[in-house]
Amino acid sequence: MGKIEWAMWANEQALASGLILLTGGVVGVAGQFRGWQFAAYAVAAGAFVCLLEYPRSKRTKGTSVERTGQYCLTVCVKSFGPLTRNYYVRAFLHAALCVPGGFMLATVLGCVCLGIASLIYLAAAIRGEHWEPILPRKEVTRKPPQSVKEPPQNPPPRPPPDTRRKRVDDLEGAAYDNPIPVGD
Amino acid sequence: MGNFAANEGLSIFVILVWLGINAFLFVHFYMAFLTDKWYYTRVLLGHALSWARAPAAALNFNCMLILLPVCRNLLSFLRGTIQCCSRTAARQLDRNIVFHKLVAYMIAFHTAVHIVAHLFNFEYFMDAQLNRNSSWLPFVLSEIGNGDNASYLNPIRTNETNPTIVMFTTIAGLTGVAITLALILIITSSMEVIRRSYFEVFWYTHHLFVIFFIGLVFHGFGRIVRGQTKASLDTNNPLECDKEFENWGVNGSGCAVPEFAGNPPMTWKWVVGPMFLYVCERLVRIYRSHQKVVITKVVMHPHKTLELQMKRKGFHMEVGQYVFIQCPSASRLEWHPFTLTSAPEEDYFSAHIRIVGDWTEALYQACVGDKTQPQEAWKLPKLAIDGPFGTASEDVFRYEVVMLVGAGIGVTPFASILKSVWYKRIQNNQDVFTKKIYFYWLCPETQAFEWFADLLQSLEDQMAEKGVTDFLSYNIYLTRWKETEAAHFRVHHEAENDPITGLKQKTLYGKPNWDNEFTNIATQHPGTKVGVFLCGPQQLGKSLEKQCLSHSEEDVKFIFNKENF
Repeated sequence: MGKIEWAMWANEQALASGLILLTGGVVGVAGQFRGWQFAAYAVAAGAFVCLLEYPRSKRTKGTSVERTGQYCLTVCVKSFGPLTRNYYVRAFLHAALCVPGGFMLATVLGCVCLGIASLIYLAAAIRGEHWEPILPRKEVTRKPPQSVKEPPQNPPPRPPPDTRRKRVDDLEGAAYDNPIPVGD
Repeated sequence: MGNFAANEGLSIFVILVWLGINAFLFVHFYMAFLTDKWYYTRVLLGHALSWARAPAAALNFNCMLILLPVCRNLLSFLRGTIQCCSRTAARQLDRNIVFHKLVAYMIAFHTAVHIVAHLFNFEYFMDAQLNRNSSWLPFVLSEIGNGDNASYLNPIRTNETNPTIVMFTTIAGLTGVAITLALILIITSSMEVIRRSYFEVFWYTHHLFVIFFIGLVFHGFGRIVRGQTKASLDTNNPLECDKEFENWGVNGSGCAVPEFAGNPPMTWKWVVGPMFLYVCERLVRIYRSHQKVVITKVVMHPHKTLELQMKRKGFHMEVGQYVFIQCPSASRLEWHPFTLTSAPEEDYFSAHIRIVGDWTEALYQACVGDKTQPQEAWKLPKLAIDGPFGTASEDVFRYEVVMLVGAGIGVTPFASILKSVWYKRIQNNQDVFTKKIYFYWLCPETQAFEWFADLLQSLEDQMAEKGVTDFLSYNIYLTRWKETEAAHFRVHHEAENDPITGLKQKTLYGKPNWDNEFTNIATQHPGTKVGVFLCGPQQLGKSLEKQCLSHSEEDVKFIFNKENF
C-alpha cells in the first residue's frame, strides 16, 4: 500500500458525499420536513462540494484520467490558488461543512460521509500530497528544418548498381550508412 | 448484421430475467402493503410505506445474488460440469464480475429509494406524535400501546425526541446507518480509477461487506414495521372503524382498540444460503493455501520478467487457467492472480511475473535478490497457491479453427496453449480437434518479445522438423517503434530471419487490418465455428467483438471470448 495517493480516494468519497448531501437536502426541502433550513443549507453545501471535487487532481505518478468536461471547473478551482491546492484546507473545510448536516435526519448520511472524506483528505495532507490541475499539454510545434521546405532538386545519392544488388549471403556487408541521417 | 444471438443471446436473456424478477418483487411487495392489514399504518405513512418495503424486497433478492458470482471455486466447478452440456452456458460464467457489478449498482439504487422513503416515514411518524390532538386519527393511533409497550403502531413512542435520535436508538436505524456507510465506502473504493491504481485499497475496503451482511441480517430484528394483528382485524375492521376512532373500546361500538405487531425478520432467509456458500469458498481457499508449494526453478528473463516453476501435490491444470499466488514473506494478506504459462503436459506449473509494483518487487527480492550464484532450494520463499481457476482459454481446443489475439503481456495465456499444442500434436502425435490456429501478438515494444520469442522459435523449429508447417500461423505486430529503429528495419527487410525476433515469420508493423484478417479466415474455412480468444485491452476487445458480429454469416460463425481479471 506504499504508493497510494490517498487524495484520489478522498476525492471519490467527497464527490459521493456531496451528491448524498445534496439529495438529502432536496428531499428535506421538497417534503417540507422539520428543520428544512438545514436541508436548504445541505443543498447549497452539497452542490458546492460537488463543484469543488469534480475536477480530479493530476497524479504525481502515472496517468491521470480526467472526468468528462472537467476543464472549466479545473480553471475555476485553480484560481483559488493555495486554498484549493492544500489538502489541509480541504480537510478542515469538509469537516466544517459537514457539521450542520448532522442536525437533520435527511442530511445525516451526507454529513457522516463528508466527515469520512475529510479524514481521508487529512491523511493525504499529512503525507504531503497536494492538488494539481490537469491542463491540456501544449503541443510543442516542431518547425521542420529549413532544408526540408524546398523539394529536393537532385535524386538521392546512391552507390553504383553493383553494390546495390542484394547480397543475400552477406547481409551485414551489404548494409550501408545513409549519408543523410534518418529522422531527427 | 451478423450472428448477434450466438454471441450475446444468453447474456441478454439472463439480464432480462434478472430485471424481470426485480420488477416483479418491487411491484408485488408494493401491492402487498396496500392491504387492510396495513390500513392504519398507511393512515400514518401513506404510500411511503410501500415505497420503502418494495425496494427492501428487491434488496433481499440482490443481496442474495451478489455473493454468488465471486465464489471462484464454485464457478469453476459449475463450469466444468456445464461444459459437457453447453459451451455457451459455460461462457456465461466468464462474465461473473460484470454481473457482480450490475447487481451492486442495483443494490445502490434500491438502497437510495429505500432510504428516501424511510426519511418520509420517520417524518410522518414524528408528525403523528407532535400534533397531540385527540381528534386526529394519527395521534390516536400513536397513543395505542402506551400501556404494554407491545401492541403499538408508531415506533416513535414519545414527542420529546427527534428523528435523528430515534434513528440512533433503534436497531433498524443503527444497522441501517452502518450498512449504508459500508456500502458507500465499498462503492467509492471500487471506482475504476482506484481499483486499477491501488488494488489493495479496493480489496481491503471491500471486506466491509462482512459488516454489510451482518448489519443486513439484524436490520429487521427490531420489527419496527408494524401491521394490525390477525386477531385484531376481527374485532376492529379498519374500513368500517376508522371513522369511529373516538369510540374505540367503548362498549357497543363494535370496534375494539386495534393491536399491532411487527413482521418477523425475513432477510436472513434470503442471504443465509449464499453466505454459507461464500464461507465455504473462503475455507477452500484457505485449505488450498496451506498445501505445500515447492519452487523448482527460478528464471530471470530480460526486462523484469520473473519465471517461477513450481510443483504442488495433486495440482492439475488445463490450458489458459490462472492461479492466485501468495508470498507470506512479501505480504501476509495479498493474493495476486497470474496466468499459468506452462502446459498441462509438463510436470511442473509456471507463471511469468512482470515486476511492476510493491508486491512483485518483494517477491523478486525473496526469490532472487542480488544473488548471481544458484540459490539453495531451502532458501527459496514459501508460497501458497489458490486455484487453478478456469477462464475462456480452456475452450480453445473445442473449436476447429481458432484465432488467438494477445496484446503485450496479455499473450501469457496463449503461451500455455501453444505449448500444449506442441506437446499434443508433435510429441504425442495425438489427433486434436483443432485443425488450424491463427495467432496474433500485438506488442508496443521490441523488448517484451524475448521469452515468448524463444518459445515461438522452438515451436517453429519443431514444426519444420516434423514437416507440419500450416497448422500454426502467427503474426506479430509491432505497434510502436522509434525512428532510429525504423531505419534498421528498412535495411534488413530482405533478411531471411526477422531482425527483431529471429523468427522466420516477419514482424509486421502497425496494427492489423482486422477486416482483412477476418475476411481471409472466413473464406478459407467456410462452414465452421471459429473461436476468437482475446487477452488484452478493452478497446481491442470491442473492435474484435464488432468484427466477430459483422463477419459471422450463415455458414461461418465467429464466437468471441474475452479473458479478464
